Amino acid sequence: MSGELNEAEVAAGALVKRHRLSTRIWHWINAFAVFAMLMSGLMIFNAHPRLYWGQYGANFDTPWLSIGSTDTAGFVEIGTHRIDTTGVLGRWQDSEGRIQRRAFPHWVTIPSRYSLSGARRWHLAFAWVLAVGLIVYLITALFNHHIQRDLLLTRNELRPRSIWRDIADHVRLRHPTGTAALRYNILQKFAYGGVIFLLLPLIVLTGLTMSPGIDAAWPWLLDLFGGRQSARSLHFIAAMLIALFILVHLIMVVVAGPFNEIRSMITGWFRLPKERAQ
Amino acid sequence: MISRRRLIGSLGLGAGGLLLSGCDRLDRSPAFRGALRSAEGLTMRAQRLITDRAALAREFSEADMSPVFRSNGNTQIDNPLYKAHAATGFRDWQLVIDGAVGRPMTFSMAQIRAMPIRTQITRHDCVEGWSAIGKWHGVPLKLLLDAAGMRSNARYIVFHCADRFGTSPYYESIDLIDAFHPQTILAWAMNNHVLAVPHGAPLRLRVERQLGYKHAKFVERIEAVASLDHVYGGKGGYWEDVADYEWYAGI
Repeated sequence: MSGELNEAEVAAGALVKRHRLSTRIWHWINAFAVFAMLMSGLMIFNAHPRLYWGQYGANFDTPWLSIGSTDTAGFVEIGTHRIDTTGVLGRWQDSEGRIQRRAFPHWVTIPSRYSLSGARRWHLAFAWVLAVGLIVYLITALFNHHIQRDLLLTRNELRPRSIWRDIADHVRLRHPTGTAALRYNILQKFAYGGVIFLLLPLIVLTGLTMSPGIDAAWPWLLDLFGGRQSARSLHFIAAMLIALFILVHLIMVVVAGPFNEIRSMITGWFRLPKERAQ
Repeated sequence: MISRRRLIGSLGLGAGGLLLSGCDRLDRSPAFRGALRSAEGLTMRAQRLITDRAALAREFSEADMSPVFRSNGNTQIDNPLYKAHAATGFRDWQLVIDGAVGRPMTFSMAQIRAMPIRTQITRHDCVEGWSAIGKWHGVPLKLLLDAAGMRSNARYIVFHCADRFGTSPYYESIDLIDAFHPQTILAWAMNNHVLAVPHGAPLRLRVERQLGYKHAKFVERIEAVASLDHVYGGKGGYWEDVADYEWYAGI
């Protein structure tokens, strides 16, 4: 977002520059890289669909989460809770109608057929795109003040009353109009900041902690996350939260007006929404 | 002329289509696979750049060990010759070291057990994602390689194994940086007991900064080579050749 606009001069309905080139490039690189990472990551998870806490964890140890199947059903087990997921997780039909007893189904994995080595090729290649993109973006956004100006919450925005009002506006789908639509609102800042400053760094670092080579070079990673299997669990949780963010993000784009929103992320130009009739 | 609205709409559809069916098509394209594969070299060089050659994998205490250490790969061997060795406690098992070495050698198990022992409690990471912590006792590979003497053209160490996948033997390879690493040992005991068959008796490689499939079990021959091109399929290992796993398994 460019903050140089004089708000009084810009009328509702006008086209204004909203997103910087660096933001737009990073957004679209990430859009592809994150999907490649999520979908190949789910295939890697399928190779051992159990998550543990601590330094070690294998078939004879107790997982906190597992996806499995019986002769008739698929299930997700979290602690001692078992949730029936037949048809989606654990036991599902592939595109040729055959029953497969893998954790995640073919329509969310890369490749769609079971291939751990294929998924690792995708995952470990796009990991470079994601991690280098994140670092370049963070440095750029720090130097062009995008972070300080647009992403950090102000003291006023951190007041409970402001946060509450923003939640109420979201629930009633009252989107900001006029020049207010040019600024990220409070929940947007929480969501974008949470992904950029928390989830993405967390997912990169926990990913590195799963590498035996990196662990030898940087053993502090094992102490930071409490072991390789804990890092694997946190990596999975962060991935699921990023998937949740994408889902909410896409819903908000549709609700707010997909043409205007997508155009602003491609060309940078955004049409200011008109004031609501009072 | 195509409107911007339609252009953006079709871009969105195109992205969706690419993600769903296109990924499999990309995955089969040799050019795309080649591009993905180039990341392996990048990863290896980057890891080597930030890692001291002698940086040690973390060693744990006995309290940290897995209660049960899962075995993987081939856990039983049908080969009658191997079974005969197992029946006699591998008394007559021999380890051959040859290839690009100054003095090809043959070691008996008694000779290997009489060599200096290194003991380490380390974490074993399978490419599938699980980990197990166990205690390994064995001879540093460096001592065996020094005894045979590397020729100056030797670049890789290939491990030939007694187990078979179908008719193919198992084999793996590492470069000299990992071969001469202090934690790289040929283990002949595990968790204070002589190595059991499922874990690779009588000799199994431990190369602690890489994933499990590099840890060749049932080792019967160690060969120094100048290049991996002529080792079976040319990619340096069984899983590398048959299933396209990465040769560099430090990640």
